Amino acid sequence: MLYNSKAVIAGIVVFLVICTAPFWANFGGDYKKPEVLMPANKSEQCVESAAFMRAEHMQLLNEWRDQALRDDNRQYVSSNGTKWDISLQNTCLKCHNNYEEFCDKCHLTNNVDPYCWTCHILPKGSK
Amino acid sequence: MLNALLVVVAITIIAWLGAAIGLGGLFGVFLPYVAILVFLGGVVWRMVYWAKSPVPFAIPTTGGQEKSLDFIKQAKLDCPDTTFGVVKRMFLEVFLFRSLFRNVNAEIKTDDPINGGPRIIYYSSKWLWLFALIFHYCFFIVFFRHFRFFVDPVPGCISFVEMIDGILQIGAPRLYLTGVFLVVGVLFLLGRRLVNPRVRYISLMQDYLPLFLILGIAISGILMRYVCKTDITQVKAFIMGLVHFSPISSDGIDPIFFIHVALVSSLLIYFPFSKLTHMAGVFFSPTRNLPCNTRRVRHVNPWNPPKDFLTYPEYEDLYREAMAGAGLPLDKPLEAKKEQKSGE
Amino acid sequence: MAKLPTPQELVASRPELPSEAWLETKPVFAPGNYCYPAKVETMEALHMPRPHEWDPAAEDWNLPENWEKILCDAFEERLKKHRSLKLFMDICVRCGACADKCQFFLGTNDPKNMPVLRAELLRSLYRRDYSMLGKILGKKIGARSWDKNVVKELFYYAYQCTECRRCSLFCPYGIDTAEITAIVREMLHEVGLGLHWIMDPAKNCSFTGNHLGIKPHSYVEIVEMLADDCEDIVGVRPKTPFNEKGHEILFICPSGDVFADPGIYTFMGYLILFNELDLDYTLSTYASEGGNFGSFVSFNMAKKLNAKMYEEAERLGCKWILGGECGHMWRVINQYMDTYNGPTPRGMVTPKSPITGTVFENAASTKMVHIAEFEADLIRHNKLNLDPSRNDDLICTWHDSCNPARGMGLLDEPRYVLKHVVNNFYEMPENTIREQTFCCGAGSGLNTEEIMELRMRSGMPRGNALRYVQQKYGVNRMCCVCAIDRATLPPLANYWAPGVTISGLTELVANALICKGEHKRTVNLRQEDLPHLDEEDEGE
Repeated sequence: MLYNSKAVIAGIVVFLVICTAPFWANFGGDYKKPEVLMPANKSEQCVESAAFMRAEHMQLLNEWRDQALRDDNRQYVSSNGTKWDISLQNTCLKCHNNYEEFCDKCHLTNNVDPYCWTCHILPKGSK
Repeated sequence: MLNALLVVVAITIIAWLGAAIGLGGLFGVFLPYVAILVFLGGVVWRMVYWAKSPVPFAIPTTGGQEKSLDFIKQAKLDCPDTTFGVVKRMFLEVFLFRSLFRNVNAEIKTDDPINGGPRIIYYSSKWLWLFALIFHYCFFIVFFRHFRFFVDPVPGCISFVEMIDGILQIGAPRLYLTGVFLVVGVLFLLGRRLVNPRVRYISLMQDYLPLFLILGIAISGILMRYVCKTDITQVKAFIMGLVHFSPISSDGIDPIFFIHVALVSSLLIYFPFSKLTHMAGVFFSPTRNLPCNTRRVRHVNPWNPPKDFLTYPEYEDLYREAMAGAGLPLDKPLEAKKEQKSGE
Repeated sequence: MAKLPTPQELVASRPELPSEAWLETKPVFAPGNYCYPAKVETMEALHMPRPHEWDPAAEDWNLPENWEKILCDAFEERLKKHRSLKLFMDICVRCGACADKCQFFLGTNDPKNMPVLRAELLRSLYRRDYSMLGKILGKKIGARSWDKNVVKELFYYAYQCTECRRCSLFCPYGIDTAEITAIVREMLHEVGLGLHWIMDPAKNCSFTGNHLGIKPHSYVEIVEMLADDCEDIVGVRPKTPFNEKGHEILFICPSGDVFADPGIYTFMGYLILFNELDLDYTLSTYASEGGNFGSFVSFNMAKKLNAKMYEEAERLGCKWILGGECGHMWRVINQYMDTYNGPTPRGMVTPKSPITGTVFENAASTKMVHIAEFEADLIRHNKLNLDPSRNDDLICTWHDSCNPARGMGLLDEPRYVLKHVVNNFYEMPENTIREQTFCCGAGSGLNTEEIMELRMRSGMPRGNALRYVQQKYGVNRMCCVCAIDRATLPPLANYWAPGVTISGLTELVANALICKGEHKRTVNLRQEDLPHLDEEDEGE
């Protein structure tokens, strides 16, 4: 027998509902890992390897910003010795030109909100 | 203390080795499911266990002036006499640790100039309150932020919290302040257990274990975000597989993820069987969750035994003559008693 | 009684924390640190379980053969009866916030007097029987089995706690050591272990109506004598109604007030005040005890001793009960009485002051009003003709007794009264008063002579605070609403702040009260000359 059962059961229900929120919030839905659209010109290499870029692109972009704006250095030498212009607009976006299908794909689902676009113009017509 | 540390290190190593030899499924799928079931079931079981015993007496700690005469100001927050007042008291207790906020440190001086002898001086001591608050809130926010991996699309409230949490915009990925403060909070709580002789004396292995577990969780999480990065898109897909009850392969996820998950799972499994149940228990505390109206409203004890005491007639029988001699009124006059006696 | 160390020696003699873990240390029973055991006849008269001869200082306590089973069963039973016990066993995080809130810890520096460890003594046993890991890992996680030394330890520390609840105020989860101490004491009674100083008054109260064992005729005699004194002092003889039917109010106060100095002056104060108000009340020799030593024994014993109050109110046809100045009496009345022995008899009504018409809604169910509330209401309505300058020889401070403070919230009513009857009033330091008050260090049945040094240790925080206002403001009188305080604080004050005297609230009210038809008052209730007498003489 439970004493003060109303309050206790209410407490248990609240606890269970909150703790199982992820399960019922997704109930019946479906989730697919987003597939990013790779640049059309597959021949050209990115500044670094795909694995490195996947993990470290945010840090690289951060460094590039500091290099370009604070140190006035516009040249990046990649790990295999290739020289690149430090420029989001002219280097990165030249190939990765589809914002919705490339950047947004992962950022949206993982709720990442890069602040590139507080200075740069969003490469998207409407927004 | 060392035992607790060893347990956490062992969990870390086992998870790491396990993930390395391809047991990602065990540590990423089986263990979290078991942990969540044990956690939910265990905490509910614990609440039911408590609720099976009644609250026989209303024993609120009156932390201030009671409600009495209309010109006496009642301490409504610390001595509430209504249900709504109790809700307010509990709110302050649960969300702001009001009782801990009262904390003072008593220092005994042997020769105080004013007293001309010993004197205890009470210094306000809010450090425990402050760091406990930091620790609990940061832990909560960190926990809450993780929901971005559990739901899709991610709701705005999570984005808002993340925005505030990373407002200093340090580095990329942005540094979350709660992550740093969580570690600071844990280190303070751990530090005082080691440094303060009294707290060290009362500390048991089960006081250190949760701190080391949480420290391990925080460090592995921070490492995963800032140092040995793993592919979070893959991680989210993996977690979403779990919440949809259709787990996917753990390939392509760094072992550190499995260390993190194994530590979190251990904490969840440990939770219902430890002092961590204070999370639910604080709501049950009869010195806090009852209104201070015990003279106005009768509290009922379900096992109240029948009355058993020396009744007045029995008392009068014991002392009738003496009472009569002292001129006290009697229910059964002295003569009546004598007659009774002679009748026997 | 052994000679006490000086205050400095006492503070300096507090040992360092031991180097062994607390599971390894054992209490040493030495004369002066334990109370005498209850007599077998007393225990038998009260039908307590398993009465037997034993001596705390002896190696063997003559426990019943199956003592372990009895105690395990007693523990199990109490876990089933009290949610608080289960909860307090489970949720303590050992943060240590309670440690230096306990006066016994401050005075002895014995780590097991930290409220957290006092509870751990029981928690360690709980861990073995109620958790899986406790059984396997044992001492590694602070679990242990019952043995006779554990029983001794429980006894030792359950009687070094006054159930003052100061720790429960500071605990983030409200863990109340009073609850744990009370339950441990109950359990120890199951194997026949109890204190003489507690069981004797309980037996007296059960059979004669009061703790002191004053029989009805002696009670009348003493009260009449006090009334004679009142007549000498005031010039008006107060009426002394006993066991009379048909009065509106039944007045019940602790029996200590009719018996011992300085409580008797408070009792004289009651008589003078009620007479001045022409209050329609009666005293009772049957319900002649407000206090309740049963509450230091077990919940059932408390219920048993308390039952007489409603029984007598019903028999005499009283409408409500007015309660005198007593600490644990009011803990019982405020938080337990209605639950134990309610609902109130049908004839009783919500208390209403016959003088001011104020209805005490806050006592609507228990139908029992505290004298300080009653007096504060009278003063508020200007019903008392007061001359506070008659107390001008006193520089007062106020001692909040633990039970009215943290078990009732009676803080401002007595202050309101006090400020109207004296001209000189100073508070003690803020962390030692109101809800944070330190108790006298000898409540809950520990006000016995044989542990005087322990009492001075546990009374250190109160003594220090008193000493502070004595030195700073010249305080020479500490007032309180508690009969145990009036018995325990005089030696405490004498030790820590010599020169400070103790009194109840109503004594000072009656000193200041200008009664109808009184003669020229030259002495106070203690028969000491009133201040300003010489000045008046000169004026004439």
